Amino acid sequence: MDPVVLNTLEVILNGLMAGVMYSLVALGFVLIFKASGIFNYAQGVMALFAALTLVGLQTGQVPFAHLINAIFGTQLHHFGWELPSILAILGSMAVMILFAFLVERYILKHLVNQEPIILFMATIGLAFFMEGFGDLMWGADIKKLDVGLPQGGSFWLEEQTAGWASEGSDYYGMYIDVLDVWATMIAVALVVALTLFSQYTKTGRALRAVADDHQAALSVGISLRAIWVIVWAIAGFVALVAGIMWGAKLGVQFSLSLIALKALPVLMLGGFTSIPGAIVGGLIIGVGEKLFEFAIGPMIGGATENWFAYMLALLFLVFRPQGLFGDKIIERV
Amino acid sequence: MLDGAKTDTLLDVSNIEVIYNHVILVLKGVSLSVPKGGIVALLGGNGAGKTTTLKAISNLLHSERGEVTKGRILYKGEPIADLNPSTLVKMGVIQVMEGRHCFQHLTVEENLLTGAYTRKSAKETAEDLELVYTYFPRLKERRKSQAGYTSGGEQQMCAIGRALMSRPETILLDEPSMGLAPQLVEQIFEIVKRLNEEQGVTFLLAEQNTNVALRYAHYGYILESGRVVMDGPAKDLRENPDVKEFYLGMSDKGRKSFRDVRSYRRRKRWLS
Repeated sequence: MDPVVLNTLEVILNGLMAGVMYSLVALGFVLIFKASGIFNYAQGVMALFAALTLVGLQTGQVPFAHLINAIFGTQLHHFGWELPSILAILGSMAVMILFAFLVERYILKHLVNQEPIILFMATIGLAFFMEGFGDLMWGADIKKLDVGLPQGGSFWLEEQTAGWASEGSDYYGMYIDVLDVWATMIAVALVVALTLFSQYTKTGRALRAVADDHQAALSVGISLRAIWVIVWAIAGFVALVAGIMWGAKLGVQFSLSLIALKALPVLMLGGFTSIPGAIVGGLIIGVGEKLFEFAIGPMIGGATENWFAYMLALLFLVFRPQGLFGDKIIERV
Repeated sequence: MLDGAKTDTLLDVSNIEVIYNHVILVLKGVSLSVPKGGIVALLGGNGAGKTTTLKAISNLLHSERGEVTKGRILYKGEPIADLNPSTLVKMGVIQVMEGRHCFQHLTVEENLLTGAYTRKSAKETAEDLELVYTYFPRLKERRKSQAGYTSGGEQQMCAIGRALMSRPETILLDEPSMGLAPQLVEQIFEIVKRLNEEQGVTFLLAEQNTNVALRYAHYGYILESGRVVMDGPAKDLRENPDVKEFYLGMSDKGRKSFRDVRSYRRRKRWLS
């Protein structure tokens, strides 16, 4: 095979897997938007907070150590034990469920029936609060996250593919990050589970009913407050998964919360209300930006990955505002 | 049944006032009672307070920033004003809202199944689904289509069917005739009557279509700007000259032509 073909193939594969990483973040947005019509600005910060909590639990950090030290003049930092990854993940999940409860109890409950823009602003406030609270609780330094997922290039794949190139050409095999492969498998499992849950369980049906019509859902006896806690807890879980994946890639630090920005174009492409849309949107953007950078980037000076996704989203907003899979607004005349 | 007072009272509303947004007084002392197994109609024009009365009972007012500030609402002798809608549904009181409010993106069958949200037994739910399909065979034909794409009549059936899935004792039915062809309205009311007679469901229905409502109901209340101005057995209300003139468009000389209406010739007696 011609090395150009192989290179293109490698770019596409990497693009697909980068796309899955975007989808993971976008998923959290879709869940909350579908169920409550709220665009949850805090989703990215939730991923950061979940990752911080995970690292904190894993390494046995003392929460609020800086605060306690400042007040009492102590020198606390670590408990001196380390939790196995699986326990730390479960613990972080518990924290995210508690977080969902608190959000419902202290924010959403008081904003029932307000304009969407007001709820949106409440989530902006929540994002800033969480950012500061996360720092206060676990410290602002950059942390390394390792839950035992393999990382780095796959030598096996490099060796296998190196032989595919035509004789005499200068080709050393494909580089694929194993972490990305894991992320893909986990994302697929997550989406399958979420889809099954929302299509075939009573609670899932209630979630979709609430997404459609709050008032009618109330009238048939669905408790909105319980549904919101469930939705935010699931979104918290998705944020945790995204936090683990991205945290393992980039390290756990403030910029992790900015991955939310990459989720926006994914949502515009896939539609704000569709779980499959978040996946397909992510894949299109992942492959699109990598291919664009590979094929056209060198001609126009590179760094196209920074803006390609947003340009694509803009085009979609103009020609298909509900996205590829968004709910069509059903209007009877 | 016509003289509701003799049978036991299921729902007793006395002298309630409702205020929206802390300032707008919508109900100014409404009292009514619904006997077990009865069909009671709440009549009146736009803005009379019919929907608000129903929502005050079903406690859907809270989510619209409305509040019952005076009076009390008893269901089987128990005060229900502070319960949330889901507790009420479990107690057997469910509201079918004005304008149908089906879940548009769910299929008809999924819509019906959400009605059984408060019920535990899957077996009973399956039985109830069959029962609903025997009353509304049309829904069975459309069970796999998205509710948003069904006709207005089918959506009304879907909304009533969905309420039935909670095995209610009392259904608060708001404007079932809205936007439907006369023949369909007749069909819907026919089903309401059958549900009442065969399943023993009690109905409190708000209607603007006085003519149809008074033919199917046993008892009626007429609301005007937040007050009950007249009530009585449906038969008496049908014969009442004021009701005939103002709500049924009939006068002593038979059907009235709009050409003859210059002004109200007779003052409504109850508005002093």
